[in-house]
Amino acid sequence: MKRWSNALAAVLLSLTGSGLAQAADPIKIGSFLTVTGPASFLGDPELKTLQMYVDDLNAQGGIKGSKIELIHYDTGGNAKDAVNFVKRLIKNDKVDLLIGGTTTGDTMAVIPDVEKEGIPFISLAGAVEIVEPVKKWVFKTPHSDRMAAAKIFEDLRKRGLSEIALITGDGGFDKSGRAQILKLAPDYGMTLVADEFYGNKDTDMTTQLTKIRSSGAQAIINFGLGQAPAIVTKNIKQLGIALPLYQSHGVASKTFIDLAGDAAEGVRLPAAALVVAEQLPDADPQKPILLAYKNQYEAKHGPVSTFGGHAYDGLLIAVEAIKRAGAADKAKLRDEIESTKGFIGTAGVFNMTPQDHMGLNLDAFKLVEIRKGAWKIVE
Amino acid sequence: MRLAGFYAFAATVALLPALFPDNYFVVVVGASAGLNVILAVGLNLLMGYAGQISLGHAAFFGLGAYASAILTTRFGWPSLLALAAGLIAAGLLAWAFARPILRLRGHYLAMATLGFGVIVHVIMVQATGWTGGPDGLAGVPPLDLFGWEVSGDLQWYGVIMAAALLAVWLSLNLVDSPVGRALRAVHGSEFAAQMMGVDTARAKTQAFVVSALFAAFAGSLFAHQQAFVSPDSFDLTVSVELVTMVVLGGLASTFGAACGAIALTLLQQALVVFEDYEMLIHGALLMAVMIFLPQGLFVGLTQAARRLGSALVRSRPSVAA
Repeated sequence: MKRWSNALAAVLLSLTGSGLAQAADPIKIGSFLTVTGPASFLGDPELKTLQMYVDDLNAQGGIKGSKIELIHYDTGGNAKDAVNFVKRLIKNDKVDLLIGGTTTGDTMAVIPDVEKEGIPFISLAGAVEIVEPVKKWVFKTPHSDRMAAAKIFEDLRKRGLSEIALITGDGGFDKSGRAQILKLAPDYGMTLVADEFYGNKDTDMTTQLTKIRSSGAQAIINFGLGQAPAIVTKNIKQLGIALPLYQSHGVASKTFIDLAGDAAEGVRLPAAALVVAEQLPDADPQKPILLAYKNQYEAKHGPVSTFGGHAYDGLLIAVEAIKRAGAADKAKLRDEIESTKGFIGTAGVFNMTPQDHMGLNLDAFKLVEIRKGAWKIVE
Repeated sequence: MRLAGFYAFAATVALLPALFPDNYFVVVVGASAGLNVILAVGLNLLMGYAGQISLGHAAFFGLGAYASAILTTRFGWPSLLALAAGLIAAGLLAWAFARPILRLRGHYLAMATLGFGVIVHVIMVQATGWTGGPDGLAGVPPLDLFGWEVSGDLQWYGVIMAAALLAVWLSLNLVDSPVGRALRAVHGSEFAAQMMGVDTARAKTQAFVVSALFAAFAGSLFAHQQAFVSPDSFDLTVSVELVTMVVLGGLASTFGAACGAIALTLLQQALVVFEDYEMLIHGALLMAVMIFLPQGLFVGLTQAARRLGSALVRSRPSVAA
């Protein structure tokens, strides 16, 4: 459990001697992330981001004189642990709101408790089912897999391609992405000519790709996380398949380019603006925020990833809402999160409504192409 | 006073929530511990008494959970009927697998049960249409006990602990029955048991089926309690954890298994505060228990207490004299 923010507050108080003036109850933010285990590459930057910004806010005197206390538990990607930790955060630690749930599985598992207890919860997981149908207390900040599918289809349509081959892994992200692609394909006039699978720990996908080569597809879409998409990308190059390859936002990190090497050249994917922050026009209101987050994160922890950005968005949306409503009344806090308007975060501009608990539109995604080992915005 | 320990256990379980009705460590962790007690006590019948190792026990736990989750959400079955269906399915599957699997011994048996657990886990992940895949199945309705819907952590604590007590009671009685004696004979020496006229194949099958039923029952409760199931609650790690509970508490002792289940559940919750060092301390503590109390926590501690008691009794006359 993180009591470090408490300790920091104590040090500050003793230094300034203004303990009495600042004796307001701390605002308790409960967090449960996947910091260890296979999804740790998502949860680790999320936790680092939360810690970094909570420290910052406390150094600036907290929110309206109240310090923020961040209480975190690591779920290791196990839904059962996520449920228990959320109960612990609510019952034992008596937190005011929850930010967390790195994976869709963790998030979906805790929703029954969150709804029953009535506590605002900002999820950091991807699948669209988290906010559709709308759940009263549940919000999310990352782009959904449906948006990723739509963004890819938009670009395919622009290029006049409609026969597509899909290849996905056996993880939750893959399965839910595949479902969205199947669902949206008819709306964009796409026909699926191949639908191949691999295991996320597989080290070679040439068999599936050979089938795709003979399927007459005009483009390949790969939806996945971690190493597997890099292997798919390499295998495509090795087999000499000269079809355009689309990846998902799940690989929008430098690691993917490093893993796939030369083969990544020309790969297109939808990604948060964070990876191309420097290339945005100066007039873009998102640019200063992206650069500030990027610089601050990289100064302390090394290369930035979009996943940490989701935690930044979640925390700051919560902070803005707390400024307006205070943290004492959970229902009021929830209402204020729901009325978030024009909040500029790393994922885009958030406009929440009672019908939309994510509040991002398709513009929030940039379609990027990998050129010479770097991300370039596709015009 | 064969059941004295049982009554003491029951009294503790009933007293705790009366004293701390809304304490997380009692009602939430207690309920988790209760489920683990059912699982460990069931597995102990197979491992501790019949001496057959199973590294795939989480599969039966998952089978019960998914049976309840799928039948109630997708087909609208009443929860008790779904629970019964889960029990029947797990029982039949265990019975069908028992004969070929339990011919194997030692490492080979461990491998076979391991494979069984992995296969069931793969099905949970891959059969997306039925199981919801890796992201799990949400919206499992509450358990409906003849018109009474179990809701809230305190009620769940009550239901799960009642089930756990039932499991302990059944196990205590089973062990003292002719079936239990046959099982212990198998554990001692399968050949000797056969020579004495014990149908060892049948005894082992019975133990396997009964422990699968215990696990499936716990699974059904788990699905309704969490209102959500996903494959990672039933993977290999869980199977290994269950074996650890049984061994930690003390093989061939019902209270040992229950004690191991409770100890391991509490330990995981207590060690969370150490963050990065959690696994390190966890491992070190388990090693320490196995080195200093090789018979297990419960058996080792009761023996030590008894030895201490008799040492005191023996030393008293010399003091008087």
